[in-house]
Order: sequence, then structure tokens, then C-alpha cells
Amino acid sequence: MARKPRKVGAVEKKLVGVADLVISAAQRRKDPTIAIPVRALSNINFNERKGLIEMGKRKQARSFFNVGMAKKFMQTVLVADALCELQRANLTTSLREIYYRTKHTIRNSHENTLDTQDESDPLIEDLEVTLEALREELHVRAENAGSVVGPLVLVDDGDQVDCARLGKGGYSVPSIVEPEYLQIRRCTADFVLLVEKGTQWNRLSEDKFWRRYNCVLLTGNGQPPRGVRRLARRLHEEKRLPVYVLVDNDPWGYYIYSVIKQGSINLAFESQRMAIPKAKFIGLSSADPEAYGLPRNVGIRLNGKDTARARELLGYSWFQKKGWQEEIKRMLSSGLKYELDALANKDFQYLTKKYLPRKLKEQDWLD
Amino acid sequence: MRAQTVIPSKPSPPAAPPKPPVSAVEMGARQREISVSEFFTKNRHLLGFDNPRKALLTCVKEAVDNALDACEEAGILPDVVVKLEVAGNGEAPPPASQASRFRITVTDNGPGIVRQQIPPIFAKLLYGSKFHRLRMSRGQQGIGISAAGMYGQLTTGKPVQIISRTSGRAPAHYFEVQIDTKKNEPRILEKKQIAWEVPRGTQVTLEIEGRYQKGRASVDEYLEQTIIANPHVKLTYLAPDGETKEYPRTYDQLPPTPREIKPHPYGIELGMLLKMLQDTKSHSVSGFLAGDFSRMSPRLAEEVCKTAGLSPRARPRDVHGEAAEALYKTIQSTKIMAPSTNCLSPIGERAILSGLYQQIKGDFYTAVTRPPAVYRGNPFVIEAGLAYGRGPDQGKDGQERKEVPLAEGETAGPNESELARVIRYANRVPLLYQQSSCASYKAVLDTTWRNYGVPQSRGAVPAGPMVIFVHMASVWVPFTSESKEAIAEYDEIRKEITLALRECGRRLGAFLRRRERAHSEDRRRNIFELYIEEVVESCNRLKGGRLPTAKLKEQLQRMAMRRTGGERTDAVLGRSGGGPEGLPHSIIVTADGVEGDVPVPIGEGRPDAASSNGAVEEEATSGKPARRAGKRKGRGTKTATKRRARARRGKA
Repeated sequence: MARKPRKVGAVEKKLVGVADLVISAAQRRKDPTIAIPVRALSNINFNERKGLIEMGKRKQARSFFNVGMAKKFMQTVLVADALCELQRANLTTSLREIYYRTKHTIRNSHENTLDTQDESDPLIEDLEVTLEALREELHVRAENAGSVVGPLVLVDDGDQVDCARLGKGGYSVPSIVEPEYLQIRRCTADFVLLVEKGTQWNRLSEDKFWRRYNCVLLTGNGQPPRGVRRLARRLHEEKRLPVYVLVDNDPWGYYIYSVIKQGSINLAFESQRMAIPKAKFIGLSSADPEAYGLPRNVGIRLNGKDTARARELLGYSWFQKKGWQEEIKRMLSSGLKYELDALANKDFQYLTKKYLPRKLKEQDWLD
Repeated sequence: MRAQTVIPSKPSPPAAPPKPPVSAVEMGARQREISVSEFFTKNRHLLGFDNPRKALLTCVKEAVDNALDACEEAGILPDVVVKLEVAGNGEAPPPASQASRFRITVTDNGPGIVRQQIPPIFAKLLYGSKFHRLRMSRGQQGIGISAAGMYGQLTTGKPVQIISRTSGRAPAHYFEVQIDTKKNEPRILEKKQIAWEVPRGTQVTLEIEGRYQKGRASVDEYLEQTIIANPHVKLTYLAPDGETKEYPRTYDQLPPTPREIKPHPYGIELGMLLKMLQDTKSHSVSGFLAGDFSRMSPRLAEEVCKTAGLSPRARPRDVHGEAAEALYKTIQSTKIMAPSTNCLSPIGERAILSGLYQQIKGDFYTAVTRPPAVYRGNPFVIEAGLAYGRGPDQGKDGQERKEVPLAEGETAGPNESELARVIRYANRVPLLYQQSSCASYKAVLDTTWRNYGVPQSRGAVPAGPMVIFVHMASVWVPFTSESKEAIAEYDEIRKEITLALRECGRRLGAFLRRRERAHSEDRRRNIFELYIEEVVESCNRLKGGRLPTAKLKEQLQRMAMRRTGGERTDAVLGRSGGGPEGLPHSIIVTADGVEGDVPVPIGEGRPDAASSNGAVEEEATSGKPARRAGKRKGRGTKTATKRRARARRGKA
């Protein structure tokens, strides 16, 4: 794979900084400590003006000479080492490969540096926020877990990809879509439709919905991965396309929408590059079953977890708009959630032929 | 009859009228007396003969219990031989695991039985010396051995064979007896004088249908548990598979002979009181109360009579009806001293420790004897014990296994699903069945073992390599059934067991914490030392291999040392010796040696060695039963020297 030249050494320098921290602390006979920004609801702010979730200033200290943290500290340094190796070799890799690369049995013991991938994944996020380097910059990629189809021409590694000529399957969105890796050559669409579920995206793609309404169809198969979010953001920013989000009518769907719009709690520091504050929620709204005559029996009763999650959402500062409070409360009072797939109850092509056209025509969406 | 009228079945032709009901005369003619033996022939499960495997155990158990009771009562240290053989029944005997017929022979060195008493003792149900007195003994009702004989008679047709001799000068008598199930009377098939090499004692041989299988609730387990609770017994067990197990005596004191007591007034019911009023030899009610009950002084007796509105000089035989009931109620509401407890003979902490230590491998042992308590006027004592850990030898095996690097999902630790084993006793007899309905088992479940550092899931026994010992000694153990398998739940009993278990738990907790404290400092430094290497290497790679690694390592190691207490930890870990402080009646076993009251097998070790606290003599090792001695041999003389050195220090 041919690689573009990068800001040489910027990230590498940051990673080497971890080693410097240990060395200088040791010289001053101080406990080596890394200050890691706290990634939790308690340490984020919703910037109403920008419409973004931003990370607060609270940091937690991870020090070496503390029985509870010693191992984590050691692992953090190990992961930094592995990431630095990637920088120097100019390779990209997956989270799992990082895990395998850093795993070994500590000399003269029966203890492994890491036991499961669950231990190394958060460390990478820790380093991302601490060093203020994006995951792509650290050369760590996720699975290609999204698809795109529509009047869009991309250049990936020098290959021209016309997303209008890729059949129903579309183009699989890579996890790193920064301009150095992926260029948008041309886009003639009028808007972007981001669908939560692959099945509904398939339906729309099969029915050539994008051709008729001139849009880009994107899906992330559930919570959209970084690549999909970043591509949507780039289309929104560079081509000035409005983004509409189509998700299930349940608390998890609402949250997916909010992540696309304002960013997530866990990776709040990335909101700057990922979030699309102008994204609109097109469906499925809790008002739709009535408006579109969906029978009650295709709904699913909210379970305890759903209700609890919905109540949490009601408390988030970015869900305080009147429309959203109504939307969530309506779902809670009905006690039912609806999947996008439930629209098939009326007709297999109801989504393509009736639901979305009417929504777009009536401009029936939530902000 | 009624069923016929109720069920609206097919309309029967009116021509057939329902059968006339049976007349009272006919019904009366059918009434017959049922002999106890007949009743138990039909209901043998009540006595513990539900299935062949359990029957084998019950027979061995009854014979051994009788032997031990007889020896102890006569003040003889019991020396019992249990022999199980496959009975061929004419053909070549099958292997033990497939055999269905067994011959059980139990020989003791007890006082022997006088000739006239042999037939009724072994072939008459409800005949015995223990039912009518209030005294602690293994047997209670006089059913056991004769029921075992009856079971043998029922399944194989063979009589019970008894040889007994009361002294070296007296002749040995040989009997073959069977039970007449209708009359509940012994039938003597054979009796003669024979030559017997044993100078004094009794030997019983039963041939029964049974099944021999090792494991839970087996004969082997029963004998092993018997030895734990009766370390003063020497037992030889000849298993049907040809194996011989010798359990040497490890405690040379007979349990103090329990005294017989009179019933306590709180423990009787109205019917019993009425019967006693009729049977008494006293001429006045106050005399009866003071003479036939324990803890009733003449003054208290007169007071009771007055409160009940009776003349203290009334004839006991004239007190019945309402007067008797008033008397009964008054007794129950009067404050009377608790019964005397010298009728009990608990095993004792030393003896329990000794039993557990000899039979169970572990790192920590402890035993608790509670002060006597009373339920329904019956005095009782609860004792609990605990053996924890796998023993130092086992730990070593574990470490060898851990040499392989661990893959994802593998754990280095031992099998954590292992649960504690509860061994229950009533009057020194192991209880092997119906664990879950027994008060002692329930008390184990109710104890919050997590407080003592032992994991426990909800509603389960604690997890870990642990044996929990619970013993109830009483003049009358309240069993839930005739087969004596589970102790009934009285609040007072439950409470005492719980208190005893908590004390054991506290000691275990103290032991675990102490061990943990010494380890954790060590581990802390170890983690740092382990991780320092990794951190330094990573830093070196990050710096492109140009780091003076030795310097960084040294700096970090010096910090690690300073932060974990430096040399002091080494002193703690070096274990400066000393017995288990603050842990009474406990033994701690480590790879380096043993702390606490270590029992020494009788006749081989010096008896005074056992009493010197914290000092373990070399002889203690040599005299251990085979299981331990074999394991210890491998260890070099180095530990032995160390141990001896400590012993010397302890004395100085």
C-alpha cells in the first residue's frame, strides 16, 4: 500500500514523551505518573453554541508505585511502545493486533502482561485522549463496518471508486477516511441519509432510493464506526450536504442519533472532527406509529433497561429541547418501542415508497 | 366405597346395587396387634435400610457404635476391627464392586456380654440399656443392631453370629440367633462354648445383602469420620477389596464417663408427668418432685405445690386431671436452674484438633467447644472444628503445574468451584445422610463466611478447600427420624451451632488475614520488580534503544524498595517464629513446619511433646501415620534442623 507522507514524527514525539515522563520522574525520585483525562459523563460539557459534547478538564493520575495501578501503568507504557513501533514502520493495525503484539509472559513469572483484549482497548483510548492524537493518527483502524452507495466518486489509494456503480452492495467504508487516505472526487447528491440498520439500508439500496431522491445512503450497522461518522461529517462539511438519520424508535436509536449529532461521551474529545451538529432525526419517531397507522401489535414492550436508558437520555443536556423531551416522554408513556423493520408490516417497500417520501415532503424531522 | 358413588362413571344398570357396607363386627375381626418387628420389616427405610449400599453402611455403623459404647462404658480404650468380606454364597465370590452379599465382622476389646443377655440384645427389637436412662451414648433406642440382624435374616436368611467373652478366665460363648418377627423374640439356632484367641471382647458377624461403593456416604467415609471424632479409638479396617487400613490411636484419654441424670422438669410433657406420678415410689407430691427430677430442691418443690394449689403432702397417685395439669403449668412457669451438665462428655478441643489434624490435610485447624446449653430440659454441648487449606505439599504441586504460560481464558488458581465439606456428628457418631435437613448443615449455610475471608454464594456452603466439623453431644439428640441421620432444628441448638461456627470462622479469618498480610508486602514489591523490567524495556524501545537501562532500573528499584517497607518486610516474611498467637486451640501448618498443639500418636511419641506449645519435636514426624510420614520423608534434613532450632528457641 502506498502511503502519503505525514506530519513526520508529531505523533511519534508524543509517544516517546511517555518514556521521557518515566525517565525524568525516576531521576527526580518521583513516582512516574501519567495524567489521563477522565472519560465519563461527569467530565463532559455540552457546548450549546457549537452543539458539541466537549471534554472537561478533569484528569486522573495513573502512577506506577501504586499496587492498584502498577500493572495498568506498565501496560500503558507497553501499548505506547507498540503504537510507536507502528509510527516508525508506517503501518496501520487493528485493536486486536495491538493486543497480541503487547502480550507476553513477564520474565521470571507466570503472569502475562495482558490477559484479554478488554485490557488493552481502553489503554489505547487513554493514550488517544492523553496525547490528543486521533486513533487514525495512531494508525489504529477498526473493522470496515459501514457501507455507502449513491452519486459519489471517491479516490481510495489511487483507485477511483464510483459509488453509483457498485450494485446493491455499495462501497465498504474504511475506518480511516482522512483526506490523506480517501479523497472525495465528486458528489452530486442533495443529502445524506444515515441508516442505523444494514437491513433497511439494503432495502433502500435495492429499491434504488438514492437514485430517485438523489442522496448518499450510509449505514454503520448499529452504532456507526468512526469511518462512517467521519465520512458523513466530511460530506456535510465539504459538500454542504444536510444529514438525516434514520434509526429504530428506541432509546438506543435516539442515542445513536445523538452520537452522530453531538459526539459520544466516551470519545468526547473527537467531537470536533466527528460530530455533525446540524444532523436531523428523521425517524422512527414515537409519533410515527399513529401518523402512519402502524398497528400496536408490531410494537415491542419497553423492558426495564429500555425505560432506564430513556430516563437517562431525558437528563442529558443535549436532549433538553422541547421536541426531544416530548418525543422521549411519548415513547415512555406508550410503553412501546418500534423497529424500522416493523414498517414491513404494511408493505415490503413501505419505507422506500411511502414513509421516507412523505417524511421528506413534510420535512417531518427533529433537530 | 365413597369413590364409587362420587365418580359419575357410565351409568351402571340399576340391577346391581352397591355392595353393602362392611359391618362393625367384620371390621373388628380384622383388627390385630402389629409387632414392632413386623412393622420394621415393612418399613425398613425408617431404620436406614432403604437401599443395599445404605444398608451395608447402617449395619457396620450399628455394630461399631455398640462396640464403642460398650468399651467406653467399661472404661476400656477401644480397639476395634472391622472386616468386610464378599460372601460367595457357595460360588466363587465376585469382585467387591459387583458383589451383592457381604459378611460384616466387627470385633472389639470391650467388656463382653453375659451369656443370658446375648440373644435378646442381638435379636429383640427395642431391647437395650440406653433408652430408659438419661445419659449420653451413641445408641439410644435399642433398635440398631437387632434391626441389622433382622435385615440380614430378611435378605440372606443367615443368622447373626456372636462370640463373646467377659474375661480371660471365663469361656467364650458362641451364639447363632435369629429374630421371631411375629413375637419380637430371639430364636437361638446354635449355642456353644468355643475356644477364642481374644481374651475379652465381643465379635458380631452379620451376613447381609448390600453394595460396596467408595465415595460419599460409604463405609470408608463413615470409618474415617468416626476416627476424626474419636481419636481415642484404634481401628483396623479390612476392606472387601483386600486393602487394610490402620487408624492408630492418637489420643490416649478416654472421654470422661458421662453421668446418668434425672429428667429436668422443663423437658417433660404432661403425659409423661402423669405416668411418673403413677410410677413414683414417693409418698408425697413434694417428695416426688424433689426426688424424681433434677434441679428440684425440696423447698422449690413445696413452693411449686403451693402455687399449683396442691398440698405438698398429697399422694402422687391421687393427682390427676385438672390438678395434674395445674402442676404441670406451674412447673413450666417456675424458674428452675438449668440441668447439670456433667452427664455430657464432649470430645474436647484437643481431641477434635488431633482427629482433624491426623485425617485431613490442611494449613489451618481449629476447634471450639461451647459451654453446655439446654433445649427442652435436655442439656447439650455443641462443638465445631475446621480444617482449611490443602496442606503445604499440595501447594507445591500446584506451582509446578503453573510453569506453562497461560492462554486467554485460563486461570492459574486452583479449581475455585470446590465447596467446603461439612461433617456432622451426634454423640460422636458421623451423620452421613440427609445433610440438607440437618440443623448443623443449615447453621453452616446461615453463617456469613464472607466476613471471615472465605467466599460463599447465596444459600450455599462456603467455597474453598475446607472441612467443617460440627458435633452435638446430648443426653437426647433430637433426630428427625429413627434412622438418626439429621438433627432436628431447635432454636437453642441452632444458636449454639452458629456461635461455635462463628468462633471457628473468626479464627480462620485471623489466620487468613495474617497470612495475607505477610504475603501482600511481598507481592507488592514483587509486582513492582516484575513491572519495572517491562517498563524499562518499553522505555528503551521508545527511546530507540539509546537508554541507559541499568540506571533507570536501579532508580526505580530503589523507589520500590523504599515504598514497600524495605528490609522490614523481609523480616516479616522470614517469619521470626512463635506459635499461633491469639488463636487458641488451633494448628497452623506451613511448608516450614507446624505451629500449635500437635498431637502425637500414642505409644510412639513422647506424650509431653504434645503439650509444649509451639515446639515441634522431631519424633512427631517419625510417628505420623503413613500418609504424612511418606510425604515428609522426601524433604531434606534442612527443615528438620530449622524446626529443631525453633523448638530450642521456644524453650529458652
